[in-house]
Amino acid sequence: MNLEATINGEELTLEIEPGEVLLDVLRRNGFKSVKEGCKTGDCGACMVLVDGSAMTSCTLFAAQVQGANIKTVEGLDDELAGSLRENFLDKGAVQCGFCIPGVLVSAYSLLSSNPDPTEEEIKAALDGNLCRCTGYVKQIEAIKETAEELGDS
Amino acid sequence: MVENSEDNSGFDVVNRSLQRVDGKALVNGKPVFAGDFDYPDGLVAGLLESPKAHAEITDIDTSEAEKVEGVVSVIHHGNVPRVPHTTAGQGYPEPSPYDAYVFDKKVRFVGDRVAAVAGETREAVEKGLEKINVEYRELEPILDPEESAGSETTIHDEEDSTGIYDPERNIAANVDIEVGDPEAALGSSDVVVSEKIRTQFAQHAPIEPHVSTAYMDENDRLVVRTSTQVPFHVRRILSQILDIPIGRIRVVKPRVGGAFGVKQELLLEDLVSVFALRTGRPVTMQYSREEEFISSRNRHPMEVEVKLGATNEGKLEAITMEALSNTGAYGAHSLTVLSNVGSKTLPLYNEAPDVHFLGNAVYTNLPVPGAYRGYGAPQGYFSLERAMDTLAEAVGKDPIEIRKLNHIREGETSPIFEKLGEGKEGTVQYINSCELDRCMDIGAEAIDWDNRGGKEPKDENRAKGFGLAVNMQGSGIPLVDLAGARLKLNEDGSFNLYVGATDIGTGSDTVLSQMAAENLGVELDDIIVYSSDTDFTPFDSGAYASSTTYVSGNAVRKASDKIKEKIIDAFAERYEEDPEEVSLENGQIIGRDTKKELAEFALALTSGEMEANQQQIEASASEVPEESPPPFAAHFVELEVDKRTGEIELQKYVSAVDCGTAINPNLAEGQMEGAIVNGIGYALTEEMEFTGDGRMTNPSFFDYKIPNTEDIPDIEVILVESSEPTGPMGAKSVGEIGINGAIPAISNAVRDAVGIQLKNPPFTPEKVWEKLKD
Repeated sequence: MNLEATINGEELTLEIEPGEVLLDVLRRNGFKSVKEGCKTGDCGACMVLVDGSAMTSCTLFAAQVQGANIKTVEGLDDELAGSLRENFLDKGAVQCGFCIPGVLVSAYSLLSSNPDPTEEEIKAALDGNLCRCTGYVKQIEAIKETAEELGDS
Repeated sequence: MVENSEDNSGFDVVNRSLQRVDGKALVNGKPVFAGDFDYPDGLVAGLLESPKAHAEITDIDTSEAEKVEGVVSVIHHGNVPRVPHTTAGQGYPEPSPYDAYVFDKKVRFVGDRVAAVAGETREAVEKGLEKINVEYRELEPILDPEESAGSETTIHDEEDSTGIYDPERNIAANVDIEVGDPEAALGSSDVVVSEKIRTQFAQHAPIEPHVSTAYMDENDRLVVRTSTQVPFHVRRILSQILDIPIGRIRVVKPRVGGAFGVKQELLLEDLVSVFALRTGRPVTMQYSREEEFISSRNRHPMEVEVKLGATNEGKLEAITMEALSNTGAYGAHSLTVLSNVGSKTLPLYNEAPDVHFLGNAVYTNLPVPGAYRGYGAPQGYFSLERAMDTLAEAVGKDPIEIRKLNHIREGETSPIFEKLGEGKEGTVQYINSCELDRCMDIGAEAIDWDNRGGKEPKDENRAKGFGLAVNMQGSGIPLVDLAGARLKLNEDGSFNLYVGATDIGTGSDTVLSQMAAENLGVELDDIIVYSSDTDFTPFDSGAYASSTTYVSGNAVRKASDKIKEKIIDAFAERYEEDPEEVSLENGQIIGRDTKKELAEFALALTSGEMEANQQQIEASASEVPEESPPPFAAHFVELEVDKRTGEIELQKYVSAVDCGTAINPNLAEGQMEGAIVNGIGYALTEEMEFTGDGRMTNPSFFDYKIPNTEDIPDIEVILVESSEPTGPMGAKSVGEIGINGAIPAISNAVRDAVGIQLKNPPFTPEKVWEKLKD
């Protein structure tokens, strides 16, 4: 069977197996930013935007997202994404980087709907993204900084 | 935040929070990790793990598995040569026993290797694994480390294992060192306090599980691309296991998605290599999260008892420490982690002249501990730093004061440095830099320590407490570690920097590049760093023991000194200058009469302009550290205990650390923050739990709770810089020390809040509530 979806702005038709999760389909088709950390929806490394909402692609059947608009980190290319990336690097919020695509997807989703979040809201938005390297401190700072930067512009 | 005690303003590139050099690729989600590569005609592989804690495999029948469509190869003890080795990625000769085999006919824990299958698809592999029929003769399992040494059961009764301290008594390793006469000193001390603690099985939980691929290259050499901290040790151990020369093996480390010690181990590389050699095809294997918990490595659970003898004024006169370490089914890192329980803790309080450390690491039929950030120090510091608070209370001193009375200082030494190294004798060492007093003072101010008595909890059901723990670590392993670095000048004045040092997310590529740029008078962008590939980069022991900034950093410093000298000599010869008067600054090469852009001169060096004097300028250097200067840290916590539920709410965590010069302050802070949060998880929630027959019951992120954003307190890291004279640009290390503080500081703070003694982490609400009830 086929999955027809818009992925990072491109309308694609991808072959899928019944029961296959979106994570596997995306990685097989070259979207390697989407990481497998647990396959149980607990770590958030495989988060993608599905019609604007951050979701773990390991807990979605590929067949569930027919016709959806899917974005991975590779496809986030606007000012918000650029500012997030730059602030993550400036603040030292990236260590090994394995969780980062998922964290950026969550942060992007948050700031898209809530451009001026409180620290509590940032923590709540990121609570599904496990990071073992950074202790989250600088990730939270980077998101705050991005919100301030874009709020000022 | 940086508190400079030294004048570091002379630096241009180091001591600055520059963006990490690999950062752009990471934030753009580029395929840079071991699992991100696709291999045409590639196979995948999976592992059949033991369902028994202790059993002999009496029969294994793989015929049905081999018939499954898509299954290509099945391996097990019957068809893979038996070579005793250690999976621990340590310097050769390894201090760990050779008690592991690719496959054995005996299984020693639930999760141990039984067989592996390679196939065209994951589905075929899964089906193949299901079709393997194994018959077991069950043996009595040993699950309690206290019963291990006295048990009639022997876990390693095979004849070919070597290096086990006492196989019949299940003792993998033993350490016993004494300075002076501590028993007599304890007997005559005014005050004696003791603390016995017990720590749990805990897992590293890197978000990237282990993943390795092996393939044969066009010249039939074995290539292994793997998520590892120790590419050179992996190459050597593969050569040993597979019986092929080191020169026929290439190990490539791409970006690594977190490691924390668990990837200082050969866990999948041997399996994918066997498959690649047999099938001639690329083979990839990745642990599932469940396998990562059960079958990879974890932290040694320990019982540690410390006794302190002191004067009525709180001056230490004797310390004894006794540790029982549970090394699970195999002895990887058993001796060295055990040694570090004492060697990384006891020198801190060198005021005590009489010291005894006794440790045993015993086998059990449980998953295998290994290297884990802190490497024995967290367990040792839990007992020691609790005891220091107990002593403070006994003699009526402030916890800060008691530590200031007794800790090691600049210019001082401890006999422990010489007596106890990593699994053998250590080396004499004097402390060249120590800002621990300032760490305590600055940290105390940040957490408002002096006013702690007057702080009110949120409501009357809660009690507020403050706690302190201080510690030191090391910077590499003296006279054991080796780091190599090589620099090559390009025609545009940029440099390739090749290091065997293994960036596992720590930022070492960035830090080492900053050092090279600083020394060569160029920008960070002018350094193109590459780590690590055993074919192209020089040897490095690997990323462990807080070694990279200090040991590999000194190799980079030396290599950059050398290449600078060569550039200057070539310039002096060409332009008839005195080399003594030539310098490299701001991308220029400047003599008395001639000044050139480095790029211009670099191009000339490889052009006809130089005629016969054309040359490729490059330089390499090795570093073997003679000492291991400790970083120091003071950890403070403020928390509240809910007396109704037993819940601990961690409110503030302040850590002030002396890591020498912070080569990249942002990255140094990040090392601390990550380690602190890892330590908080270890203190409050993380524990591998087992059934009565040795099966782990919580091998998932849902059931094994590592901290997320909602679990962290207000964290403040303060870099209290010193300048270490033996370090590159004054640097020491910062990778591990941050994990040593959380358990003792939280335990001490809970004692301060509600007067209960928490000695068995994780400090769950149930445990706290039970204690409050008594």
